[in-house]
Amino acid sequence: MPDWMNDPAWTALGLSLRVAGFATLLNLLLGVGVGLLLARGRFPGRNLLDTVLTLPMVMPPTVLGYYLLTLLGRRGPLGGWLLDNFGINLIFTWQGAVIAAALVAFPLVYKPARAAFEAVDGQLEQAGRVLGISEIGIFFRITLPLAWRGILAGLLLAFARALGEFGATLMVAGSIPGKTQTLSVAIYEAVQAGQDDSANRLVLVTSVVCILVLLLAGKLAPGRLAER
Amino acid sequence: MKARLIALSLCSMALAGNTLAGEITVSAAASLTNAFKDIAQGFEAKNPGSKVNFNFAASGALLQQMAKGAPVDVFASADQETMDSAVKQKLVNSADRKDFARNALVVIVPADSKLKLQQLSDLQQAAIKHVALGIPASVPVGRYAKHALEAARLWPAVEAKAINTQNVRQSLDYVARGEVEAGFVYQTDAAIMPDKVKVAFTVPLDESISYPVARTATAANATEAQRFVSYLLSPAAQAILSRYGFHKP
Repeated sequence: MPDWMNDPAWTALGLSLRVAGFATLLNLLLGVGVGLLLARGRFPGRNLLDTVLTLPMVMPPTVLGYYLLTLLGRRGPLGGWLLDNFGINLIFTWQGAVIAAALVAFPLVYKPARAAFEAVDGQLEQAGRVLGISEIGIFFRITLPLAWRGILAGLLLAFARALGEFGATLMVAGSIPGKTQTLSVAIYEAVQAGQDDSANRLVLVTSVVCILVLLLAGKLAPGRLAER
Repeated sequence: MKARLIALSLCSMALAGNTLAGEITVSAAASLTNAFKDIAQGFEAKNPGSKVNFNFAASGALLQQMAKGAPVDVFASADQETMDSAVKQKLVNSADRKDFARNALVVIVPADSKLKLQQLSDLQQAAIKHVALGIPASVPVGRYAKHALEAARLWPAVEAKAINTQNVRQSLDYVARGEVEAGFVYQTDAAIMPDKVKVAFTVPLDESISYPVARTATAANATEAQRFVSYLLSPAAQAILSRYGFHKP
């Protein structure tokens, strides 16, 4: 193995990609599901729910981290229950980092997904119904294909955001090299310790990855407005 | 016109911020947080027109901020090593530094912990899964702990269980929440949360934990900075420090 492969930067990058990947996957299910629910559903408290779901976008990550730490900690309501019944403790684990990253990135998936579903022409779905397609068939053959670009753009943004998550991750997952120390946490520590060389390498890696993701996002959703 | 007005008022605000007679910024080790807040009150009461702004973090982090040009007037570190480094980087004149307090390193456990810990080797117990430890590279309390563990030939065993923290107060918080079974903090930190944590034992150290303070070489308000440093050594400030459990320098 060449020398640069042993650089802690690559370990941190690998971990960050894993955390961001799982967080995005989680948001694919939750964000898209909730986006569909709020685009179509009409129920009391819908606007309030929308506000709550958008909160992670504007709330400081440290506040979210604090909420998660109190909720998921072994003395927290959810964390205590998980520990007692399943022996699961999420604090100081990479899975905990996934939850922190997923929470912070959630609105970036939910919002575009909801908008994309709302933009789907209802007449096309109606036509499908007339032709006797089942509701599930309509969703997968008509609604989703029409909305997927918007959703994908949101997912990529969420991935980039999850990749760089710092405040909430540090509070919930801590900073264990090779286990929970993501790129941004590693950068923070390198700067605090005055290890500028290491910080520079990590910053470069992060910047390149984020730019790649954004370029990809731009490619996948080119001129969505022009199409209409 | 409106933009110019806004710019003008912003400028005057910035100027006002800079010209306030006795305003100083003190960068201090996280373990000093509570004591220094009290001391500042006494200092401001004694010197009307003075205003002390604090910046609390791990000593190593504070050093890096200053090295990168943060406008700091007084630097108080939890160890001599970080202050040595500040002198070497010419952020502080060695003639200006003075020791003003001492502390002890302890291992704490959550108040309701049933674990029996009496010495460093007990940290090897299987029941101890996580140990909160300041990052040795930038957090003095972590460095003291590392030295003690290395002397006892226990560093690799404990490092494997270490939860790295950004400063001593984060270690305290993790123990208080019961997220870790044990943690290294100063005696004075343990004393501020007596209902949540208890001291298991005091860690024997070859070196003494002494806190140096100095006005910085770039202090914008050198007179006021020097006055604060002198005040730290006054009986009034020393009384506050000892109330928080710090020992005399």
